[in-house]
Amino acid sequence: MNLAVVQRILGLMLLMFSLTMLLPIGVALILGDGHWYPFLLAFFAIAAVGLLLWLPARGARQDLRLRDGFLVVAVFWICLGLAGAAPLLISDVPDLSFTDAVFEAVSGFTTTGATVIIGLDELPKSILWYRQQIQWFGGMGIIVLAVALLPILGIGGMSLYKAETPGPMKDQKLTPRITQTAKALWAVYVLLTAACTLGFWLAGMSLFDAIGHAFAALSTGGYSPYDASLGHFDSAVVDAVATVFMFLGGVNFALHFSALRQPDLRLYARDTEFLAFFWLSVAIIAGMSVYLWWHGDYPSLWTALRYASFHAVSIQTTTGFTTANFAAWPGALPALLILLSFIGGCAGSTTGGMKVIRWLLVFRQGVADLKRLVHPSAEIPVKLAGRPIPQQVISGVAGFFAMYFVVFGVLMLTLMMLGLDQVTAWSAVAATINNVGPGLGDVAVTFHSVPDAAKWVGIVAMIAGRLEISALLLLLTPAFWRK
Amino acid sequence: MKIIILGAGQVGSTAAQQLSREQDNDVTVVDTQDDVLRELQDRLDIRTVCGNAAHPAVLEAAGGDGADLIVALTSSDEVNMVACQVAWALFRTRTKIARIRAADYQKRVELFGQGGLPIDVIISPEQLVTDYLVRLVQHPGALQVLDFADGRVRLVGMRAVQGGQLVGHQLRELREHMPQAEVRVAAIYREGQSILPEGGTVIADRDEVFFVAARDAIGAMARELRTAEAPIRRVVIAGAGNIGFRLAGALENIAQVKLIERNPARARRAAETLRRTLVLSGDAASEDLLLEENIDDADVFVAVTNAEEANILSAMLAKDLGAHRVMALVNKPSYAKLIEGGKIDVAISPQTITIGALLAHVRHGDVVRVHSLRRGAAEAFEAVVHDDARSSPVVGRRLDQIELPEGTTIGAIARGTEVLMARHDRVIEAGDHVILFLTDRRHVDAVVRLFGSTPGQH
Repeated sequence: MNLAVVQRILGLMLLMFSLTMLLPIGVALILGDGHWYPFLLAFFAIAAVGLLLWLPARGARQDLRLRDGFLVVAVFWICLGLAGAAPLLISDVPDLSFTDAVFEAVSGFTTTGATVIIGLDELPKSILWYRQQIQWFGGMGIIVLAVALLPILGIGGMSLYKAETPGPMKDQKLTPRITQTAKALWAVYVLLTAACTLGFWLAGMSLFDAIGHAFAALSTGGYSPYDASLGHFDSAVVDAVATVFMFLGGVNFALHFSALRQPDLRLYARDTEFLAFFWLSVAIIAGMSVYLWWHGDYPSLWTALRYASFHAVSIQTTTGFTTANFAAWPGALPALLILLSFIGGCAGSTTGGMKVIRWLLVFRQGVADLKRLVHPSAEIPVKLAGRPIPQQVISGVAGFFAMYFVVFGVLMLTLMMLGLDQVTAWSAVAATINNVGPGLGDVAVTFHSVPDAAKWVGIVAMIAGRLEISALLLLLTPAFWRK
Repeated sequence: MKIIILGAGQVGSTAAQQLSREQDNDVTVVDTQDDVLRELQDRLDIRTVCGNAAHPAVLEAAGGDGADLIVALTSSDEVNMVACQVAWALFRTRTKIARIRAADYQKRVELFGQGGLPIDVIISPEQLVTDYLVRLVQHPGALQVLDFADGRVRLVGMRAVQGGQLVGHQLRELREHMPQAEVRVAAIYREGQSILPEGGTVIADRDEVFFVAARDAIGAMARELRTAEAPIRRVVIAGAGNIGFRLAGALENIAQVKLIERNPARARRAAETLRRTLVLSGDAASEDLLLEENIDDADVFVAVTNAEEANILSAMLAKDLGAHRVMALVNKPSYAKLIEGGKIDVAISPQTITIGALLAHVRHGDVVRVHSLRRGAAEAFEAVVHDDARSSPVVGRRLDQIELPEGTTIGAIARGTEVLMARHDRVIEAGDHVILFLTDRRHVDAVVRLFGSTPGQH
């Protein structure tokens, strides 16, 4: 463990992060809401902390080891929650407590989108912009951005990249240099965000709303500058644009990159994980639409399809935009939606959840185990797209499932002990650990009413979910700290 | 430059390490072993692709389309050759370098000519190591001898020994000792640390001194640094493999050579082909055999069997029994660091030698020769100065006007058939071959840019 290097990189990244405070200042000045001072103050405060960390350690030139990478990522995400809360805390509208400010910031960065603020429509535009912006930076990963922009990270970039990007197989780089890979991913992300902005704008949103919602859609965050979320617009076209781009945000960005570079859309059709994600979405949407229509909640099959498709994609990609109160939907639908968030999107996307590829691998492993019962001596490798998957990856996935559910169970019981009812506790943990946002019961719309202690549990769950448990859990193991 | 390295063995991974350290290079390594690649990728900023290096799909996945250079270093000659053929046929890769071991392929030059296999450069580690050993044997006392400007200039690394005329004296006295001599000290290492050689620097016992000299002046310089040494007369070589066999063949006309080989069949084959060498069938680590063959009289003992541990032990034994100078072939860089300067005088690392040869071809076209020194810590190379005075920042400049990165020294200039030692008032002309020495490899990029073409132009 090389703490000086870790400190130097943390300092550098905080310095870089402080620059993002300049954007809302710009928004405040352009829109003239006069609310620039919280960001200016936060800018100086974060830059000062970054500088204080960086200066004494600036001479540390060693390469970052894999283990240091985990430490940097975990600690930086915790710093990010605190630093990101600074402007919300400084600002007098909304008047947030420390807990609420941290919850709001972490919820943004982890692209959860669960809010504790009521009365968004009244807030200054710069604050609203800031909420959208932090999701966007958190979606592709602010550390991946640092890897793209700071070549000084060198080889350490790879270990940071590995610790922040989601998915079970991260050894495949798009390009030989990690900085190029990070740049490529961000370029695709920016491009898709621009396309989404254009789509929303053409659908009738103001430019401010279009950019803000594009940030939230591609990052699968789910914050909206309106209390009614996307329901504010009540427009089928807006819903459709959002559905498409949330879905795209749930696809592996490496796949987007390859398909755009070739350019060859058939690459999507050849990707097993994408196909599974796509057909699963189609099946869920079809089933839900028919059920909602048959049950008589919506007058026509079309309307049912509009709401079913929007919410199925919104929750599965762990975005959390809503246009209707899905928690009040009939039968198994609310629970189905929450369960769907455990699947999430593809590896290497901006979604939370456990990722389609892991479910696919576990499912295929299960099928192989069944076959082995019939043919005890058969060699049955688990394959994806015709290529066998190393046993190490599969046991890694199995371990991930076990860890995920243990953490889930512990957090849920903790919430129940803090006085939340079972449905609320269950859905609140699912909504935070899977980075969805809205849950059921008391947390169906906001987390405003839950006690402070429960919010802290949510904060832990959100960061754990964003870093796929292990990066955070690793810090708690003695083996990690042993020299 | 986009580089694909095939094979993640010792040489392949070291080459990947050195090349990826230079910012301009994008390196992709291909190998069949997944775990080796994973380990490599954790350590280096490279991309890895798992699969057979000669298969078109694998080369394509490795970015074959658009690669500038392909370096085939797999353990199989045939895979290397086919990979180059595939890269040329499918992607028109500009430069293809292949390691070819089998002497039988190398003998047939026409195989690689017009209409043959499209390989631009063939690297034969055994031949490179043999050449290197021959130079070392020719210059008693040298740790490293490297050729520049077609052998007219050599860079020699030598350990100073008490009793040499210059040891304990300032460097500037060198000119009084050897007024005519074409010698320039490029670097001095004392206890592993590099010291910038200046007029006032005093050479101490056991310093490692690197100097650039015209070929004829090396002997005189050796006497400055060490006590007079008689030319090599008796050489004992352990191991009649590819290297041992070739070395014996190269040395048998200038010295009395004894070749020890454990495998009787191989010993017999060597004896049938070699003309003057005495081939002995037996164990080079056997004290009795060595004493029997007058090891205490041997000027040089070279252990070049396939087993590096055996090489180290038999060389130590030979030294103990009285051999004057012992050398051992060692593959693991960590071993080389461990043993050199102890009982064993010179540790020979085939990787370092192979990589030096490799780097020369990888660098921008204007660098003709690169040698890795001190196991990759330092580097010496020969750069051709561009013939356009306007675009080059060095043409028409005096040496003391050129701003070189820290730790870089110009050793000599080869102009036509002339060799000019570097002096502060020399002016660089277009077409000069400049021989540079870098104690810090991180500055390679900067120096190549200074002397070579602009990046991207080859």
